[in-house]
Amino acid sequence: MLGLLWLIPVIPLIGFILLAIIGPRLSRTAVAIIGVGSVGISAILAILVAISFISSPPAGNAFTQTLWTWINVTNFNPGISFYLDSLSMIMVLVVTFVGFVIHLYSAEHMLHQEGYSRFFAYMNLFVGSMLILVLANNLLLLYLGWEGVGLCSYLLIGFWYTNPANGRAARKAFIVTRVGDAAMAIGLFLLFNNLATLNIQDVMQRAAQTWQIGSPLAVTAAALLLGGAVGKSAQLPLQTWLPDAMAGPSPVSALIHAATMVTAGVYLIARTHVLFSLAPSVQLAVAIVGAATLLLAGFSALTQWDIKRVLAYSTISQIGYMFLALGVGAWSAAIFHFMTHAFFKALLFLAAGVVIDAMNDEHNMFKMGGLRTQLPLTFWTFLIGSSALSALPLITSGFYSKDLILFDAYASPSGSTWLWLAGLVGAFLTSIYTFRMVFLTFFGKPKTKAVYQPGSRINLALIVLAAFALLIGFLETPSFLGNINVLGNFLSASLPATSILPQRAGSEGILELVSAVISLVGIYLAYLLFLRVPKTTEAMVQSPVGAVLHRYWFSGWGFDWLYDTVLVRPFVWMANSNKNDFIDLLYKGIIRLNEALHRVLSNTENGLVRWYATGIAIGAVIIIAIVVFL
Amino acid sequence: MNLGLHLLSLVTFFPLVGVLVILFLNDQQKTAIRWTALLTTLATFGLSLLVLLQFSTSNPDLQLVERATWVNIGGGEISYFLGVDGLSILLLLLTTFLTPIAILSTWDAVQDRVKGFMIFFLLMEIGMSGVFLAQDLVLFFVFWEFSLVPMYFLIGVWGGPRRIYAAIKFFLYTMAGSILMLVAILWLGLYQGTFSLPDLIAKGGLPATTQLWLFLGFAIAFAVKVPLFPLHSWLPDAHVEAPTAGSVILAGVLLKMGAYGLLRFNLSLFPQASIQLAPWLAAIAVIGILYGAAVAFVQKDMKKLVAYSSVSHLGFVVLGLFALTPSIAIQGSILQMINHGVSTGALFLIVGMIYERRHTREMDRLGGIWKVMPVYGALSLIVILSSIGLPGMNGFVGEFSILLGSFLSTVPYSPWFAGIAALGVILAAVYLLHMFEKVFLGPLNNPENAGLKDLRPREILTLLPLLVMIFWIGLYPKPFFALITPSVAKLAAALQTAAMTSIH
Repeated sequence: MLGLLWLIPVIPLIGFILLAIIGPRLSRTAVAIIGVGSVGISAILAILVAISFISSPPAGNAFTQTLWTWINVTNFNPGISFYLDSLSMIMVLVVTFVGFVIHLYSAEHMLHQEGYSRFFAYMNLFVGSMLILVLANNLLLLYLGWEGVGLCSYLLIGFWYTNPANGRAARKAFIVTRVGDAAMAIGLFLLFNNLATLNIQDVMQRAAQTWQIGSPLAVTAAALLLGGAVGKSAQLPLQTWLPDAMAGPSPVSALIHAATMVTAGVYLIARTHVLFSLAPSVQLAVAIVGAATLLLAGFSALTQWDIKRVLAYSTISQIGYMFLALGVGAWSAAIFHFMTHAFFKALLFLAAGVVIDAMNDEHNMFKMGGLRTQLPLTFWTFLIGSSALSALPLITSGFYSKDLILFDAYASPSGSTWLWLAGLVGAFLTSIYTFRMVFLTFFGKPKTKAVYQPGSRINLALIVLAAFALLIGFLETPSFLGNINVLGNFLSASLPATSILPQRAGSEGILELVSAVISLVGIYLAYLLFLRVPKTTEAMVQSPVGAVLHRYWFSGWGFDWLYDTVLVRPFVWMANSNKNDFIDLLYKGIIRLNEALHRVLSNTENGLVRWYATGIAIGAVIIIAIVVFL
Repeated sequence: MNLGLHLLSLVTFFPLVGVLVILFLNDQQKTAIRWTALLTTLATFGLSLLVLLQFSTSNPDLQLVERATWVNIGGGEISYFLGVDGLSILLLLLTTFLTPIAILSTWDAVQDRVKGFMIFFLLMEIGMSGVFLAQDLVLFFVFWEFSLVPMYFLIGVWGGPRRIYAAIKFFLYTMAGSILMLVAILWLGLYQGTFSLPDLIAKGGLPATTQLWLFLGFAIAFAVKVPLFPLHSWLPDAHVEAPTAGSVILAGVLLKMGAYGLLRFNLSLFPQASIQLAPWLAAIAVIGILYGAAVAFVQKDMKKLVAYSSVSHLGFVVLGLFALTPSIAIQGSILQMINHGVSTGALFLIVGMIYERRHTREMDRLGGIWKVMPVYGALSLIVILSSIGLPGMNGFVGEFSILLGSFLSTVPYSPWFAGIAALGVILAAVYLLHMFEKVFLGPLNNPENAGLKDLRPREILTLLPLLVMIFWIGLYPKPFFALITPSVAKLAAALQTAAMTSIH
């Protein structure tokens, strides 16, 4: 069964090629069958492979499959090879399964859009690339998948290309992430330079052998990889592209900009965790980046009126939690939150897509309201997703994954009370902005009538994701709530267990209680602020301090403005002022000089005998002088 | 096979057969002329494949050598000396591969004086093949100068509105550099008593200062051709004015002659000087990468944008060459020459296709044409992405090898050069996606663009071989590296030895 591994990424790629070449001539049904079916087959294969992987684990709990040697120059020979261990297995399962559900949803959601086959071609290419990314056994192949998903993100953000704003958003996403990618590429050079391999497992092994903890090379290499990770995962300081990326269709936001691609940075760090363990300062930076991002994005989410932008900032913030977990060495907690987040955030985006369609392409939550009764199923599933996002205690997956991170941030040796506190404040913000969204959209007086009801495929997708958003949390529960460790045990073959300081281990129950209360208080506050007394809230926003904060938060803390002023404008200005390539002036100067000389000399050729005679006389004098005096 | 003895001469001069046939055709028999040219160049490509078949990848030395004494001047022997090795085999193949594609692209585009056009085009191919095969300095110089003439006429006769200016500029720049090279060739040949390149390399023993001067003599000629910053300003004009097929060959092959010259002559003949000057050349290359990218970004004319992108991309090639050791950088450079030929050749074809339809290359007058030309849009996107260096396509393999090699290099400051050059990779995305967005995305506002017809089968056929190469090199570059590796390893070893001796 494991031998089928290579088919998992290849089948979506075949789907892509088919759709790219013959797609435009196929009927919509045929396009949907190829587009959705290819990912479906991939998901079934993934499950089969997983069953075989679990029931009869391969030697060393990992399985490598090489298709061919990609590049071989002297001693540099990365292959097209896949590496399956428990970490990549989890990633493959989530990517194919969530991917399939989102494709199913898209088959209906995109049905009346122009470019139906183009959409599915890109989506299939994305799933294929994402699977290559997570299955790659060497960093170069990982980089191939990494850039491939970036390309699909570019193409899908700009899917409705006739609107110039979408094209700009797409380009921004591609270029900002490419800044991180360039850093990552340099990191690969550095690794290869010092360890003479890019095979991930070999890199880990040799790094641990050759580098001391905290050695400058390890720190630099880890920092450069972190550069790639913050770009792809939209963390500080490269987070600015994600809110704009919402220009793409909702399923794209769900699949690429919530569930899978944006978590590639988390995967990269978990995959190369040995490097980060060798560089404690960088690992601390990962935790701080995560904590700072989750707070900043949380505040920004509070002020958005566009339902998708709330979710975008929320995604940035939730990935911040994953980074926080990685930073304190809680590797499996990060992957756990990745899993739960993939389900509940995809669910929220898909449900938001239904809402937007029902509101006739309206994104502004303040123009919505009372949709609870008009879109009941959407409401209930959205509510489940929101509860999971707000970590509603006991029944939702978000509670188990987020509170595990909070506990680890407090109790692991590299954790601290400050990191925990940042996470806790973030959790408070999360439940406020999430239920602000719920109350504004689904409660209150209906402002417009829903013009559309979702069909069976969309409903099915929502129900499946909602079920997972509730249930998947039970893979890993705290010690006083059953102490289930299915996921942690499974991942322990690939990722080291999280160490807990013994003196802080006992506080788990208290911490869970605190965060449970925080979550509920946040929801209640949202109820007060946005449903009970919205006037007071408006007054707060309009107060001098409130207005300033609102402006900063709304614009994502002014990062766009900063980059625009410091980088983009100066570059454009410099390039523009040199539009005509000043170097050419140099050569034009030579021409002018020649012409001037020509004019001067041609003056001497004037046919006047006395000029010539004078010339001869002066010349003779000079030559005699030279002969005599030298 | 008896043919093998003169195979290289046959490849080089085979286009003459076509020239001869065309001479007997009437200027009005356009189709016949076109077919003659196409078939001739296809046959030449076939012959070059025969060269490939006879080429042994395990042999680092010159192969299929043809050598005959030509003249003696002042004790220096000039010979007719052809040979091929890992440094040149791919470039020969690139030449014979791109020429028929370029000719195919002129099918509708060139209607005027087809006879003269095709004759010059075939002569051009002789010059280019000769440059890559000649192993005697004087013979090399003859081919080098010879290739200048047909391109001068191609630009000057079949070019755009400012064609005369551009043609003269092209000619003068190259000539100015060539004069210096000629002086260096004569000095070197007379000093050593031979003009044969392998003999000169074997003799070696040039004093360090002499090496330096001779190095510069050659390097400036080649730098104009590459073109290296700040000697590049002929290129945008030449490209903008040249007919599409001319641009394809100019970017695809002619620029490679410069980079090839640096590799074949400067690195081999003057190893000590190369080591001494490597940081300077690498620095200039990096400046060129960034400068070309910045200027490309603000161009309004698609062709000018692509022309400046060449300045940036060729910077990578030169950076790789002057990373010297380990050999991965030079291997990457050679492969990147091929990649640039393929990708930029394809970019110029793409620009030509829209120009034929709209008679403008101003991006402001285009926009939103994906809607009316989806096939064209998709193929353009692939080519643009390959030029950006997306993994899985050709550009990435070359760029990555160059940057990796440069990072590992022992040349002073080279990790910094690699790091800064990586910015060029970001900027490539900036200007090329900018172009893509301006031309293909956005609303279809201009009514003149609304009625555009998508690509015809012949146009797709023109692009198809290039697309195949883009993915072949991107996904399975092994056979290409296999051709390059032994000869580069030999060169790298020589450089290594030179580095050791210059330390002592």
